[in-house]
Amino acid sequence: MRRIWDTPGGVHPPDNKAQSLTSGIGQLPLPEKLILPLTQHVGGAAKVCVSVGEKVLKGQKLASASASISAAIHAPSSGWITAIEERAVAHPSGMSAPCIEITCDGEDRWIECMGYPDYKQATPLQLRNLIADAGVAGLGGAGFPSAAKLDRGTHMPVDTLIINATECEPYITADDILIRERADQIIQGIEIISHLLGTPKTILIGIENNKPEAIAALNQQCQGTGIEVVSFPTKYPSGGEKQLIYILTGKEVPSGQLPADLGMVCLNSGTAFAIKRAVIDGEPLISRITTLTGEACDINRNYEILIGTPVSHLLEQNAFNPDLCSRLIMGGPMMGFSLTSSDVPLVKTSTCILAPSHTEIPDGDPAQACIRCGLCAEACPASLLPQQLYWYARADDHERLQAHNLFDCIECGACSYVCPSNIPLVQYYRSSKGDIVNARTAKATAAVARERFEFRQVRLEKADTVRETKREARRLATEQAKITSPTTTQSSGSSAADIIKAAQLRGSARQASPEQQKAKLERTLMAAEMRLKEAQQRLLQATTNGSADQQTQQLASVEAAKRKVEQTAQRLTEVSH
Amino acid sequence: MAFKQVSSPHSHARQSTGQIMQLVLLATLPGLLVLSYQFGWGLLINILIATISAISAEALILKLRNRPIEFYLRDYSAVVTAVLLGLALPPLAPWWLVVVATVFSIVIAKQLYGGLGSNPFNPAMVGYVVALISFPIEMTTWVTPVSLLAADVSHPGLLESLAIVFAGNSPMDGVTGATPLDLFKHSDGLLVEQIYQNNSLFSAASFAGVGWEWANVAFLIGGLALLKARIFTWHAPMAMLGTLALMSMLFWDGGSSNSPGSPLMHLFSGASMLGAFFIVTDPVSSAVSNRGRLIYGALIGLLVYVIRAWGSYPDAVAFAVLLGNFAAPFIDNYTVPRTYGHGQSRRATDKETSE
Repeated sequence: MRRIWDTPGGVHPPDNKAQSLTSGIGQLPLPEKLILPLTQHVGGAAKVCVSVGEKVLKGQKLASASASISAAIHAPSSGWITAIEERAVAHPSGMSAPCIEITCDGEDRWIECMGYPDYKQATPLQLRNLIADAGVAGLGGAGFPSAAKLDRGTHMPVDTLIINATECEPYITADDILIRERADQIIQGIEIISHLLGTPKTILIGIENNKPEAIAALNQQCQGTGIEVVSFPTKYPSGGEKQLIYILTGKEVPSGQLPADLGMVCLNSGTAFAIKRAVIDGEPLISRITTLTGEACDINRNYEILIGTPVSHLLEQNAFNPDLCSRLIMGGPMMGFSLTSSDVPLVKTSTCILAPSHTEIPDGDPAQACIRCGLCAEACPASLLPQQLYWYARADDHERLQAHNLFDCIECGACSYVCPSNIPLVQYYRSSKGDIVNARTAKATAAVARERFEFRQVRLEKADTVRETKREARRLATEQAKITSPTTTQSSGSSAADIIKAAQLRGSARQASPEQQKAKLERTLMAAEMRLKEAQQRLLQATTNGSADQQTQQLASVEAAKRKVEQTAQRLTEVSH
Repeated sequence: MAFKQVSSPHSHARQSTGQIMQLVLLATLPGLLVLSYQFGWGLLINILIATISAISAEALILKLRNRPIEFYLRDYSAVVTAVLLGLALPPLAPWWLVVVATVFSIVIAKQLYGGLGSNPFNPAMVGYVVALISFPIEMTTWVTPVSLLAADVSHPGLLESLAIVFAGNSPMDGVTGATPLDLFKHSDGLLVEQIYQNNSLFSAASFAGVGWEWANVAFLIGGLALLKARIFTWHAPMAMLGTLALMSMLFWDGGSSNSPGSPLMHLFSGASMLGAFFIVTDPVSSAVSNRGRLIYGALIGLLVYVIRAWGSYPDAVAFAVLLGNFAAPFIDNYTVPRTYGHGQSRRATDKETSE
């Protein structure tokens, strides 16, 4: 029996999973239209490779990955591209984003799929590309492109592969039902990932002990595979990647690092299933299991939905009563976000649609004062002090917020869940994180501007010094000329050069008395020495805290000032003798 | 179709701040009953006056501050302050003493700082200390426990008590007397054994001091119930009682004439248990982390003992708690817990090193 480590904190909300598990995975009738946002994952938006009016087949690629962290998008059914434009998408802010709209032709005709059942013959790179081409992104809710995750795994030795089947959010049963019905395919997927990662020593499936049927199904399929199914006590948020890694291995992912840095890769069980489909059957990610639950719908169950299906279509098929519904949530009741409209499409990360009644999730009471009772600190899985973070967030004290590790908050909502004063703590943290990121950006921009300004100052000074040196050189030359040919002043030359020369000589003759010259040179010397001192100070500053550029600049101006001092001193000695 | 926009999490545990405060009030009942049995009607009258003054003062200030009165009164925090004060003030104290202490607690120590949650000091203790310093005679006159009353003396009845409190009638001779801690403080030069023999307050007691020992046991029971209900964690109260016990063991001195008293006497006399479970556990004015609360509790335990043994006041919970309140932000600075993924804990004033 593998040792289980207990995470600090955590809460035990009622799990409410039974209602959506009364029947198996269902299929919805084909919707009239499918809407596919170009960003359904973490990273860059996919690049459209079809045009409006084009006929597409089921599984045909519509948009390809645009960057190393991005995912391709495929047609979930056959039909015509009827629009490529901004549409409302599922996002906490209710914003719009570029989407491809397909009007289904009802034939649901597949493009030809090239599977790779003999995947063991393929190189890791080939498998990785297959997964990338299939547009697989983390199906647990975060949507990190799987190929990118596996890339990191292939760059560093991976000794532990963790499959996350925890599903700790209340109400959601998508992983549970998928494991119950298709555990064999999930295991196939895990074996593909294992092959790709060079067969890690340890392969673990982490699952909460409130899913006995799923655990039994996994145990049965894992026999003889070397894959270990580890069940552990149910506690929210055990399914967070960092929490799960700690529960299973006792190791913490250092702040600011990734599991790959510990030689670990962690993927959702649904993602393993999608990878099996992509590699063995050659089918891209065009559908997923989504839980529909909540008292505002008569039917609560899981569906294998096509990506892009409008939420309204899912609701209509399940006797949704809008009058009963207190809010519409995509995801679970702890971390899910509310949808302002049901017209938005389901995407790759849509684990659940929760339509609770007013008694199930009532409207919140107004927030009361924080009495620092500390229930939130007891519930925090990251051992933060949410009550302190709250006060600092209200005070906009960014320094204290960072000293209290605000950025290690995973926004699981356990603190708000237990807060007796009903304070929307997570909302404060999200807002403060945004403020701090903005402030950092502003600071960086200001730093660049300041550097640019300083550079300009230095450049202007340098130009000044150069001009000064030139002027001085010219003057010296003139005097030289005066000494060598003092009589030419009388010449009646008519050329322009002669006139200028004459004027210059007249000018210098006016102050020609040696005392005057000496006094002037002494003044110049003093000024030059002062300038040198200033330049040296600036150089000192630049060497302690300036950029390399600034240092060279200052060095140059010190050199110039030195030259000036030397020249003046030399001339002074000349004049005094 | 349009839906409401709400930020996550959507589920909430159903326990409100008002409910927590009500549980705290409920947990004071055993102590209140024992105290009332031992010392008569005085405490109930205290609590009644304190509650009325507290609610009125809170409502008045909320009105001046343009805050919804009913909403804030429903958090029951003013009632908790009033009840704790009522329990701490001497029974049969004049009505104006209770009013002054309570109004000071609510208006100055709580609302002027911004109301519930913003007060750096425990309001009840501020009120208590203000009364103690301003009216030392009234504050140190305590009632004799019922079992020690002379045969022909009895505690005043309800009406008589009201007359004492409101009309300033003096109680019968023999109704008021010293408390165990008082007695101990003023028995210099006597061996502990002699003090115990000479005074029925000790000689008739089971293990600490007549009247007070059972009141403390009752507050201990109430406190343990709150602990069980997870209203607070064990850290601060246990650290306080542990330090108090440790200090009184260290300086017990075998019961010589210099001994400040036995551990049992210190744990079960005065406001030890009331303080440990109902005052020190006030989350608003205490340190926040568990480690911080251990230090905070221990500091208060230490101060209680130091003031009792070598200070000029017989009991010291109020002073010790206020000094602890002073130290709480400082303790917080050094006791931020280690966050997941960080090698060690940081200080609250750390500057961000990575840009």
